[in-house]
Amino acid sequence: MRLSDRRKEAIGGYLFLLPNLLGFAVFTAIPVVASLAFAFTRWDLFHSPKWVGWENFVSLLGFTRSSEETISLLGLWRLPYAPNDPFFWQYLYNTVFLMLGIPVGLAGSLALAVALNRKMRGVVVFRTLYFLPSVTSGVAVLVLWKWLYNTDIGLINLLLSSAGVANPPDWLGSSQWAKPALMIMGFVMGVGGSTMILYLAALQGVPRDLYEAAEIDGASPWQQFRTITWPLISPTTFFLTIMAIIGGFQGGFMQAYVMTGGGPAGSTTTLEFYIYNKAFTVFNMGYASAIAWFLFVIILLLSLATWRFGGRAVQYH
Amino acid sequence: MGPTEAVRASASPDPSVRRVRARRGALTTAVLQVLLTMGAVVMVVPFYWMIVTSVREPGAAFSTASIDWWPDTFHWENYGAAIQRMAAEGMNFWRLYGNSLLVATVGTIGQVLTSSMAAYSFARLRFPGREQLFFGYLATMMIPGSVTLIPVFAIVRALGWVDTYWALIIPGIFSPWGTFMLRQFFLSLPRELEESARIDGATLWQIYTRVTLPLAKTAIATLGTFTFMGFWGSFMWPLIVTISPSLRTLPIGLTVFTQRYSTDYSQLMAASVMATVPIIVLFLFNQRYFVESIKLQGIKG
Repeated sequence: MRLSDRRKEAIGGYLFLLPNLLGFAVFTAIPVVASLAFAFTRWDLFHSPKWVGWENFVSLLGFTRSSEETISLLGLWRLPYAPNDPFFWQYLYNTVFLMLGIPVGLAGSLALAVALNRKMRGVVVFRTLYFLPSVTSGVAVLVLWKWLYNTDIGLINLLLSSAGVANPPDWLGSSQWAKPALMIMGFVMGVGGSTMILYLAALQGVPRDLYEAAEIDGASPWQQFRTITWPLISPTTFFLTIMAIIGGFQGGFMQAYVMTGGGPAGSTTTLEFYIYNKAFTVFNMGYASAIAWFLFVIILLLSLATWRFGGRAVQYH
Repeated sequence: MGPTEAVRASASPDPSVRRVRARRGALTTAVLQVLLTMGAVVMVVPFYWMIVTSVREPGAAFSTASIDWWPDTFHWENYGAAIQRMAAEGMNFWRLYGNSLLVATVGTIGQVLTSSMAAYSFARLRFPGREQLFFGYLATMMIPGSVTLIPVFAIVRALGWVDTYWALIIPGIFSPWGTFMLRQFFLSLPRELEESARIDGATLWQIYTRVTLPLAKTAIATLGTFTFMGFWGSFMWPLIVTISPSLRTLPIGLTVFTQRYSTDYSQLMAASVMATVPIIVLFLFNQRYFVESIKLQGIKG
């Protein structure tokens, strides 16, 4: 029997897809469903899981009436409630705090891309140099930064001392400075890199004649940037913002593990590090899954919000 | 801001205006070059400091006197000492190095092969359920890795893969991202060559290997480079799924130095240099490919 071309193509399609689809099913699709189920169980990996309903989520997100502790809303109202898991809220705060560098990093990368989007001597060398830090992230670079931040003899404090700063901060050793230290590091490692390359690509897609027309109308470079460049590259900004949000909410494990141990006093523990500890230090798989799903929902909502509000400004050409 | 001053200057019809603008453009460029150089120095200094620290006299890294930008003597023996230090913790540096190379190489080949095949299927072949399956891939791309972490670990454990190379390699191969990226790229390729190959009686496999893949060289190089870097830098997963020192990867080996009270920074930096060099070499070799392909592809696809 001769197969029709259509049949042949369909069979070919399935066969080409099969290896990847199998892996996708086993290591992505099934785990997603399983994870949601785990979030409603108590499971230590060694005994069989026990269904506990919403218990994990109540322990994680809930508040209990308390006579001693109170939470204050904007310092105006004090409510006689205490969070069931105060650590979670602290680590959520840490995670968000460490993401404050994202807009600065995006702006810096855009500025770099604009600067490097021109013919000039050495532009290729600059592009390579500004890409490099993002390539080499990882444990090796984190231990390097730990060394740079060393209180007594790290390069950063040596530079600060020679610049006349009397008492340079105990960067990673104080709960006050540890978060800003990680934020600065994230900025230096994150500015440029693939963000810059994507912006460069977007800038090169803006039609030249728009600038020429604006030029004839006497628009200043800043006006041209604001009215032509910025709107036309907004799909890229939108994409990069969402990617940064996704990355930011599930970041911080390596820094915490390698540089600070999550401290001092939990000041650099992010949700990702919390999940790791819950799952693989105290083997509370259900609770860890609940945190992971909380993260997922936050990421989803923020992405939708970015799409909703940012999406309106996005112009396609 | 905006496009190059030079381009705009040349677009202007009036010669005197053009001259003034060209001069202003040259000045802007000069100022920019100074600023960009300063920025680049900030980017590079940490790496310079890493190398300088790695060849300092052992113990001299702790002299607080002043910043020593150029050591008087070069102590390359720190590199050997770092390797011995890891051996004292039960880890064979070269074994770890080999593990990292093996896992990253095999994982990258697996990722490129399976995702390019899937991408070819999604982009070029018609079959029932194609759109639904592709939507399934898309839908999972936004799901954080920490959601799937625990179930994937449970599956790997059920398969008996804990503390084996399988666990280090296989789950990392199947990211939906690679498939998505290559599909977008394949869609941007002209169909004519494939069509004529098909008319000449080529099988799908022949078309895929001899026509589509060669056309997608830049995208393949990009995906391959990023995947390799991902495997090479991967830390949490190897930490979870390996126990034996002989199966650990390089990033875990590096943490040996930081887990003691007194860290010998010369040795730590020597080990870090050794861990970073392959990635920098790979990047310098392949950068022209992936800068190109990101440009070609944009983000719209």
